[in-house]
Amino acid sequence: MNTSEERLRNLLIRGLDDEAPAYHAFLMELSAHLRAFFRKRLARLPDEVEDLVQESLLAIHNQRHTYDASQPLTAWVHAIAKYKLVDLLRRRASRELLTDPLDDETDFFSSADSEAAEARRDLGKLLDRLPDRQRLPIVHTKLEGLSVTETARLTGMSESAVKVGVHRGLKALAALIRGES
Amino acid sequence: MKTDDLVMLLATGNGPVERHAAARRYTGAIGLGVVAASLLMVNLLGVRADLAEAIRLPMFWVKFGFVACLTVASLLAALRLSRPGARLDWVPSAFAAPVLIMWVLAAFVLANAEPAQRAELLLGATWAVCPFLIAMLSGPMFVAVLWAMQGLAPTRLRLAGTAAGLLSGTFGALVYCLHCPELEAPFIGSWYLLGMLIPAVTGALLGPRILRW
Repeated sequence: MNTSEERLRNLLIRGLDDEAPAYHAFLMELSAHLRAFFRKRLARLPDEVEDLVQESLLAIHNQRHTYDASQPLTAWVHAIAKYKLVDLLRRRASRELLTDPLDDETDFFSSADSEAAEARRDLGKLLDRLPDRQRLPIVHTKLEGLSVTETARLTGMSESAVKVGVHRGLKALAALIRGES
Repeated sequence: MKTDDLVMLLATGNGPVERHAAARRYTGAIGLGVVAASLLMVNLLGVRADLAEAIRLPMFWVKFGFVACLTVASLLAALRLSRPGARLDWVPSAFAAPVLIMWVLAAFVLANAEPAQRAELLLGATWAVCPFLIAMLSGPMFVAVLWAMQGLAPTRLRLAGTAAGLLSGTFGALVYCLHCPELEAPFIGSWYLLGMLIPAVTGALLGPRILRW
């Protein structure tokens, strides 16, 4: 078992237990692997790479409850990255644009690319399009770092409505991304 | 928004993640589906009047066991297809094996029957309605299982939709066993299977459209 797999798996499992720094480290390192994976396979669509990295990060976060600790992390991450890439190519109706085979999951963590390009799509603008009951919980708890209780007091929403708002808001954000491209 | 900012956003302010998400969702969907199918069966079709005698016949349990094996295989397939990167491995064979065994049994029964009886063994008295009644009973669970899957992360959408359909179809057939008077292997190997395949095909058609995430 390679060491990236072990380390990232460990970070994710701690992250799922609500250890924010571990989860942050996991997502940072993962974004470099995703970027390398997409850059290699989308050499003809270089402008799409960073958008796809962001879309995949959001998908991985929204779907993180489907990771089973007994499963190799490589397989899980690779399947999501591949799914998002195929989805993009289907939207573009252009599978020929693929410059590297998709199915080899074993080398997923062997390449990393930490040089982020500028994303073309601004997630901040998409966030503004969400309804207040989803946007405000995300802005307060995730951008301003307030607690759920503080957010509830500030917005007049109940604490469970705040939590639901964050959850549904991030899903709605993913749906907006799918819809616009 | 820069990717680093997105990572910061995603990593901030989460609670612990929901545990056993797949198990919970499927338990809910299956519970709901079985109750709905049973209510439909009891109210619209009725439990077969001679059920107490029927359960003493080995063939009743062969039929029930056949459908139950397919149910387990479909459940395993649906669970695996709901999770990115999980492999199906031997699960399709676990679905195919009971079907093949039932077909061998059916061939044996037909081969040993008088030629004049063969049509009756195959068609029984209810062949024309059986598949549709099974599909009808599986309807509510079909919707519930697709809902459960939508909350997870299937990446092979056509297969996932098929598995959702098979799962609801096999449960529908399981409930239908309590109503259905037919016990002959040729009948079970054809019309029951067809009934379970109706939701499966529907799932295969709908999956790519409604399971996207």
